[in-house]
Amino acid sequence: MSAIADILAEHNGQEGPLLPILHDVQKTFGYVSEDAMREIANALNLTRAEVYGVVSFYHDFRKEAEARPVLKLCRAEACKARGVEALIPLTEGQSRVKVEPVYCLGLCAVGPAAMAGEQVYARLDTRRLGALLDSL
Amino acid sequence: MRVRISDDAVAVACGADDVAAAFANAGIDVERVSSWGMHWLEPLVDIDGIGYGPIAADDVPSIIAGKGQSIGRIADHPFIARQNRLTFIRAGKTRPISLYDYYANQGWLGLAKAREIGAEATIAAVLASGLRGRGGAGFPAGIKWKTVAGAIAAQKYVVCNADEGDSATFADRMVMEGDPFMMIEGMAIAGLAVGASKGYIYIRSEYPRAIAKMQAAISASAHLVAPFDLEVRVGAGAYVCGEETSLLNSLEGKRGEVRAKPPLPAIEGLFGKPTIVNNVLTLAAVPWILANGGEAYAAYGMGRSTGTMPVQLAGNIKHGGLFEVAFGITLDELVHDIGGGTDSGRPVRCVQVGGPLGAYIPPSQFDLPFDYEAFAAADALIGHAGITVFDDTVDMAQMARFAMEFCAIESCGKCTPCRLGSTRGVETLEQIIAGKNVAKNLELIADLSETMKFGSLCALGGFTPYPVMSAIRHFPEDFQ
Repeated sequence: MSAIADILAEHNGQEGPLLPILHDVQKTFGYVSEDAMREIANALNLTRAEVYGVVSFYHDFRKEAEARPVLKLCRAEACKARGVEALIPLTEGQSRVKVEPVYCLGLCAVGPAAMAGEQVYARLDTRRLGALLDSL
Repeated sequence: MRVRISDDAVAVACGADDVAAAFANAGIDVERVSSWGMHWLEPLVDIDGIGYGPIAADDVPSIIAGKGQSIGRIADHPFIARQNRLTFIRAGKTRPISLYDYYANQGWLGLAKAREIGAEATIAAVLASGLRGRGGAGFPAGIKWKTVAGAIAAQKYVVCNADEGDSATFADRMVMEGDPFMMIEGMAIAGLAVGASKGYIYIRSEYPRAIAKMQAAISASAHLVAPFDLEVRVGAGAYVCGEETSLLNSLEGKRGEVRAKPPLPAIEGLFGKPTIVNNVLTLAAVPWILANGGEAYAAYGMGRSTGTMPVQLAGNIKHGGLFEVAFGITLDELVHDIGGGTDSGRPVRCVQVGGPLGAYIPPSQFDLPFDYEAFAAADALIGHAGITVFDDTVDMAQMARFAMEFCAIESCGKCTPCRLGSTRGVETLEQIIAGKNVAKNLELIADLSETMKFGSLCALGGFTPYPVMSAIRHFPEDFQ
């Protein structure tokens, strides 16, 4: 059985299983490939267009692999009020880490805040963000 | 000595794990507990009730030697002593996944009461409390419950909206990370009241720690809430899924597009079945209400805004964190007396209340009491009660532009005013910022805002005009 078939089997019988399946596929492979979408569509009796529509709707799902480490930097209002915009030139001055915007990590009194994987970071300034980027 | 350090995401993001490790290396046991909510002091170390913070791992040896600078008894700190903690009654005091701690601190009393008095009296208690939906809309929870209870169906659902996407809000996250059994108890009570056997908690993917803790707590307490069955579902980075009908579509495995109402979810909700959709804070308030009575809860607050609100002080504020207080407190008290003004030390220029869809409010209106009706009368929203403070370096034209940009990024695309209006809004505000046809473009923005406000299907397109128009109204000098 393929890895995707294993994932599909785990969700057999679950109500509304598409998002949990997509999360598991992305966790396993790092992205949701066209082949994966086809296999999921077959298993759930959906059209490929329906599955593609869901994958493309949500910001979390990637349709291609991302080789670089990813840092999600909060650009929402509370982090703006605490100076995140002044840190942007630092992130744009490098390309080793993919820095993506995220809108709120719920760390709004200790921003600017960021997340890499499941690890969270707060009180970022130029020095701390620079060290964080180097460490990823 | 009894050492406690929070394992809440704020504490961890500020270095709490390193501090805890430094104590452990010195041979001292550390209890990882929920956060008191004084975020400017995190990592906060609690030694026999005395607080030290913010602490770095390097400070640990001097604290162990008794030479640390303390903030005194934490429970007596003015930030804590001035609160009315009903929902956050256990904050800072219990280990989140410890059933023992939860039992020992008034846990499960509400569910026991609900089982004793039955469904009808449980709904009566929630109605008597005057509890209104804490997600933003402020709809009376008891009426929603009564509608679902009265609907006839073989299957009903309780859905907890934990898609806390508004900037400046973190109370839901703190409940789920700090006191997950309270959420479970609230949902089990809701299930009993309306006759639902299944509950879903839809948590945003940006909250991995909350997801892990809720899942652990559900496993640990399944036998206590059976036959009620709970499951965590994880969002996928779409802000609009905080809107209840969009959330239901997402739970069903579809694109998170908004549904037209009616039918209300209470009649036709998840998979077409009668469904309660309540915010985390709404459900988390229920155990206290059942244990202490609806009238006791209604004794707090003002007018039709009864009970307490976990206010979240955020952004450029000196003393930021979680401040649960009875409705009626003014913005001035919250921002200056309690929050201590800006963290930067510069003057406060404005606050935004209610997240990215909330109005910007200037200091001249800080006498506004925290009350749903008073805010509505001032063309503002309480929303999920997040307050973002800005100092005088903020450019309000940029903030207005960002409000439109955020709407464009997060629009589900279902209705035209939101999908197209937000993008046209960004372009028009960029023209204004560039100084092109300013008067005419400001007229266009006002007109566009009207269209979005009255023509959008949900609050995303419908409320984006609040931050935009309030910025223009109160800070016209930034748009010239």
